[in-house]
Amino acid sequence: MVSPGALRVVRCGGSALRGARAVFSADSYLLCASGDFVKVYCVSTEETLRLMGGHADLVTGIQLNPHNHMQLYSSSLDGTIKLWDFMDGIPIKTFTVGSKLLALYAPASAEDSVFAVIPKKGERDTFQLVSVKLTKGAGQDLEAKELSVVLDGVGASVKHIAFGREGAYVVSVKDVNLQVYFFKRKLLNRFSLSTVKTKGGDNHFSCVVCHPTEDCIATGHADGKIRLWRNFHHKKEYTYSTLHWHHDIVMDLAFSMEGTRLLSGGVESVLVQWHNESSCQKDFLPRLGSPIEYISMSSDGALCCTLHTDNRITIINSNLRFSRSIQGLIKSRDVKTGLVVDPRTKALVLNGEPGHLQFYSLQSDQQLFSLDIVQRQYIHQAGLKQSDLVKVAFSAQGTWLATVEESEEVTDPELQLKLWFYNEEAQSFKLNTRINTPHDNHITDMCFRDMDELGDDSLILVTTGRDCVFKVWVMVEDTDPEAQQSVSWSCDFVGSYRNYQATNCCFSEDGSLLAVSFEETVTVWDSLTWDLKCTFCHPPGNIRNICFGRLTCSKYLIGATDYGFLCCWNLLTCALEWSAHLNIVVLQPDPLSEHIAAVSWLSKESSLFVFKPNEPRPIYIQRNLCKEKILLAAFVPRDEPEMISSEKYRWLRKSQLFFLTDTQELMTLSTKSLEERLTPSSKQLAVEESLPVTPFSLLLGKHRRQQAQEDVDLGKPVVHNKQEQASPAVKELLHTPAHVLPSASFLCTIFINSLLISKENKSAEEVADEVEMESEKAEDESDEEDITAMEQEDTSHMELLGEMTCKLSKSQEKELRKIRKTDYSWISAF
Amino acid sequence: MAAYKPVVVPACPKLGERITQDTLYWRGYKTPVQIKEFGAINKIDFSPVPPYNYAVTASSRIHIYGRYSQEPIKTFSRFRDAAYCATYRDDGRLLAAGSEDGSICLFDVGGKAPLRQFEGHTKPVHVVGFLSDKYRIFSGGDDYCSNLWDIPSATEIISYSEHTDYVRCGCASKVNADVFITGSYDHTVKLFDARMKSSVMTIEHGHPVESVLLFPSGGLLVSAGGRYVKVWDVLKGGQLLVSLKNHHKTVTCLCLNSSGQRLLSGSLDRHVKIYSTTSYKVVHSFNYATSILSLALSPEDETIVVGMTNGVLNVKHRKPEEKNENSQKKRQPAYRTYVKGRTYMPKQEDFCVSKPVKRVLRKYDKLLRSFQSSKALDAVLEPPIMLHTPEVTVAVMQELHRRGTLRSALAGRDEKQVNLLLTFVARRVIEPRFTPMLVTVADMITDIYQPVVGQSAIVDKQFLKLQEAIGKEIDYQEELLEVLGMMDTLFATFTKKRDTCLEENKSNGLTEIIETNTN
Repeated sequence: MVSPGALRVVRCGGSALRGARAVFSADSYLLCASGDFVKVYCVSTEETLRLMGGHADLVTGIQLNPHNHMQLYSSSLDGTIKLWDFMDGIPIKTFTVGSKLLALYAPASAEDSVFAVIPKKGERDTFQLVSVKLTKGAGQDLEAKELSVVLDGVGASVKHIAFGREGAYVVSVKDVNLQVYFFKRKLLNRFSLSTVKTKGGDNHFSCVVCHPTEDCIATGHADGKIRLWRNFHHKKEYTYSTLHWHHDIVMDLAFSMEGTRLLSGGVESVLVQWHNESSCQKDFLPRLGSPIEYISMSSDGALCCTLHTDNRITIINSNLRFSRSIQGLIKSRDVKTGLVVDPRTKALVLNGEPGHLQFYSLQSDQQLFSLDIVQRQYIHQAGLKQSDLVKVAFSAQGTWLATVEESEEVTDPELQLKLWFYNEEAQSFKLNTRINTPHDNHITDMCFRDMDELGDDSLILVTTGRDCVFKVWVMVEDTDPEAQQSVSWSCDFVGSYRNYQATNCCFSEDGSLLAVSFEETVTVWDSLTWDLKCTFCHPPGNIRNICFGRLTCSKYLIGATDYGFLCCWNLLTCALEWSAHLNIVVLQPDPLSEHIAAVSWLSKESSLFVFKPNEPRPIYIQRNLCKEKILLAAFVPRDEPEMISSEKYRWLRKSQLFFLTDTQELMTLSTKSLEERLTPSSKQLAVEESLPVTPFSLLLGKHRRQQAQEDVDLGKPVVHNKQEQASPAVKELLHTPAHVLPSASFLCTIFINSLLISKENKSAEEVADEVEMESEKAEDESDEEDITAMEQEDTSHMELLGEMTCKLSKSQEKELRKIRKTDYSWISAF
Repeated sequence: MAAYKPVVVPACPKLGERITQDTLYWRGYKTPVQIKEFGAINKIDFSPVPPYNYAVTASSRIHIYGRYSQEPIKTFSRFRDAAYCATYRDDGRLLAAGSEDGSICLFDVGGKAPLRQFEGHTKPVHVVGFLSDKYRIFSGGDDYCSNLWDIPSATEIISYSEHTDYVRCGCASKVNADVFITGSYDHTVKLFDARMKSSVMTIEHGHPVESVLLFPSGGLLVSAGGRYVKVWDVLKGGQLLVSLKNHHKTVTCLCLNSSGQRLLSGSLDRHVKIYSTTSYKVVHSFNYATSILSLALSPEDETIVVGMTNGVLNVKHRKPEEKNENSQKKRQPAYRTYVKGRTYMPKQEDFCVSKPVKRVLRKYDKLLRSFQSSKALDAVLEPPIMLHTPEVTVAVMQELHRRGTLRSALAGRDEKQVNLLLTFVARRVIEPRFTPMLVTVADMITDIYQPVVGQSAIVDKQFLKLQEAIGKEIDYQEELLEVLGMMDTLFATFTKKRDTCLEENKSNGLTEIIETNTN
């Protein structure tokens, strides 16, 4: 448990969903491995229902328990297999295997064991498939050391192994070799393709699946072919047929439940459905957005889902129609835009799909919407120079959005500057002006003049480019009668400084000064007359970041240089105020306070420094913020200032700091402990706030408030509090369906007890625990399990929840058992 | 799942003048008719009544032209010397004109001989006009006098000799029958009231006044002289409202359009400028072959007549309004039979289900969607697209290039198709908006078809054409650079402050041109 007040780095989205194939549960839930967690989605509403955490490392495999479809096995790199009740999000058992688990298989034929891929001891990069016997011991944490090697030299990916019809054989592919092991006959057949590359194609295996009813193996290859193997019982007389449509590697294959259809997907982001193996009849579902990583089918065959490389899940109907997609933080190849906060929605804005801008809601871990900036068909093919979004800026009110897109060509980038206006009616951004080739070379930075109080007239956009100039863009009235819009943007001023490349730009808070950095020099310009006011320099080293101080510190200009210096200049005296030797990669001012966050990267560790420009001593330092390199950071204003007691973290009061690492994990700093965070406070608030305000409710609210006041006056609050504490127990009682409740006479005492005011504080909580346990037992009655195990599980569950645990006394336990027994008789009597 | 995104055809901003409502309106005239007169045309006046004949005063004659006639329908030539300022009365039945010998003649439009002759000016009379009560005439002469005459008795009512130089222009108020204005070379405009013994208002224009004009409301006065056109508020005692300096030679004539929304001024610099009377900005301008002396606009702006110093009368007629035949045609196939619910208007409580709009893709888009590069290129090389919308062709080429399939799409074509391609490239490669792409295409074509050069005379000819076009363009760009260099030297002589600003703007333009050149 973390001591209260300590700052913790919390992951808040964007974890890769790529660990394993997604799994459909029997009752329309979708389970996905996401980073260290297993996520449970509701298929029909696309909502994240549950986040099951417990693994200490990446989850590498999830499989439904073949003997109980309400349970799920998950394996992780931390060497454990966990059995979950995913309906309630409760871990049932943890089996410690002891070595890294890279993939997990749970075929129905194996009675009490699962199969996993582990690295071979003593050898690097060789893996073996082992069967892990899951011991049926009591207790939650179990050892599962009983491993027996099934196959040696298998691939590390989950896609390289498949179990055949009724678990009769297992197939593994690696490089150009295919091996089939028959469990009954203990026979191992090996087949290999010629290693000679034919026509430049490379026939390495990329994935394998088995036909659910026939003896047939489908393998995908790196050259885009799919081979269907038959007759592999014989070493020599095996046959295979080839299906070829993909132009690049086949990423995954899936058979439908009856085996009549085969689905395949690859980097083309087209889902191909092969009907009949003999006649190459096929259907396509094109333009799924990004390369397909995994394909999985639901057990009833009605749905199919594809997991994409950019962390998106697409759910597809059985008739190959796009149904819906679940998307969180879309992973793009390279976040060039930086982290930008949309002033309107407070959403985080960054590169999404190629050519799109994604608006990602931090609260709901969901993508709000995706704005198509480039508006061109994206071709999924390697080696193409396609234009992508590189810079984005919002005006202070969020009414204007400026975007820069460029093609990847180094010498002659196809640059476009686009200005979007927020259309209130359509509730989205509408393209206002498109400027072709705004600069002759890459655009390095862009910013709007941020002025809330002044009108749109003061809106100015500044772009800096590697063509050694910065340009000022202003709005002009359009007199063209054919144009529908009244304003458009055009260039107003072009400035340069000694033919140096312009690298950064930044407006002061009041908009009167513009700072533009030209390689080693920072120049400060008057934004009214565009006169050069002064220059600052801290040689050697180019300027990497600049920003103005805010509020009381607006007379300072902060700059970070390549040679690891953080400098603060005073604009009034035009002198260096202080400097620090730090390799700053990210410099981010808080829009609501004077604080500036700087993230440094030194010898493989990122450190965070928070400081005010007027004093050289940082307010807060956190070394070793995370393992990965932090690329970007952003302050997101809070909806309401948070109450932070500690003076040290006062800087987090108004805004929250988010940062993105090079592995595209979005993290934040939190003062709350884990438990506080897990309570979905936002949801509760949402429910309360969503109640419509009627005259009656206002009246009632007033009345209640008055009553509460009266209570305080009369000295009643003690009694009041007690009732409130007891209420969960009562609530639990009232919310349990009537048909599972014991007779009222039994409940009566408990109910009365819960309402009693005990002398010790504990009693109310105890009652609550009792009620909770009771209800849980009622649920678990169907599972013929040892009662002690259950109790242990329950208590551990409570530990996990972090509530005050109190061991039940023997007498209480007996009483409970009695209740249970009588309960049974009561039902049987009916 | 996203739908297929069609190829974006970049819209290029139209260069040159912005097209406004005014440009469209004032462009709506036919090619001018030129009529040669005997001398410089000092006045053109339209009859205020249909059929809107106009009187043209030139040399010693007054010609009256009909609306579409190129020959004068009537001529008054009873002048011993030059005639000036033939002006119609409000009812269009009388015409008054001054003359070099100082007499003023009044003609009946139907007759030939003058009805009355007003003698009294000792010097040439350059300005004559009717007051709005129809019974009086005002005049201004080189003897510095502004006189008022009674028509029935042909006698002088009053004579004001307040100007100190030639009186060369004047006009009468339309709202008050006693008020008229004269402008003089003594730089002043004087407002006279026939009931008063002397002028009631004097306005200093600052230059010899060539033309004055009163707005129909009588509240605003426009004077032209020197290079300036000035607008004065008469009701505020002659306060200067705005001073316009849009001509670079003397402004000689002024005219309002029929709606009073636009002011026209003609000048010796051969231009007619049209101002908006609300913003006093130039909204359009015409230019003519020689210096302009007089200008008139027919009622409803049907005709613009401009008289030049060399005696040429330039007549422009308005194009007839284009009838909206298309809209009528659309309505043609009406439903013969009653379709149920066709005219049903949804009520407020009705739940409307809209039919999904079917997206129509162009042919090249369909082919691009199915990755058929060669066929897509074929589709945009068809003459209608290639000739009328070259930007579509270039956009598809760009898209193919982006997909990396341009080379294979260009390859494997026969003589006819190569000829077609090369014709297109040679013609369009010099257009700046197509240059970057078409240079790549030209490169590829030369690469691909290099082995077959010399086998076909047609293709060889096209290659030579392409070479010629590029050579010409390079020469042209070099010349432009020289001009820019000269301009830079000129700008360098400007004041320090403006220097920095302008030069930076210019150098920006310069680099752009250099870029296209190197491409």
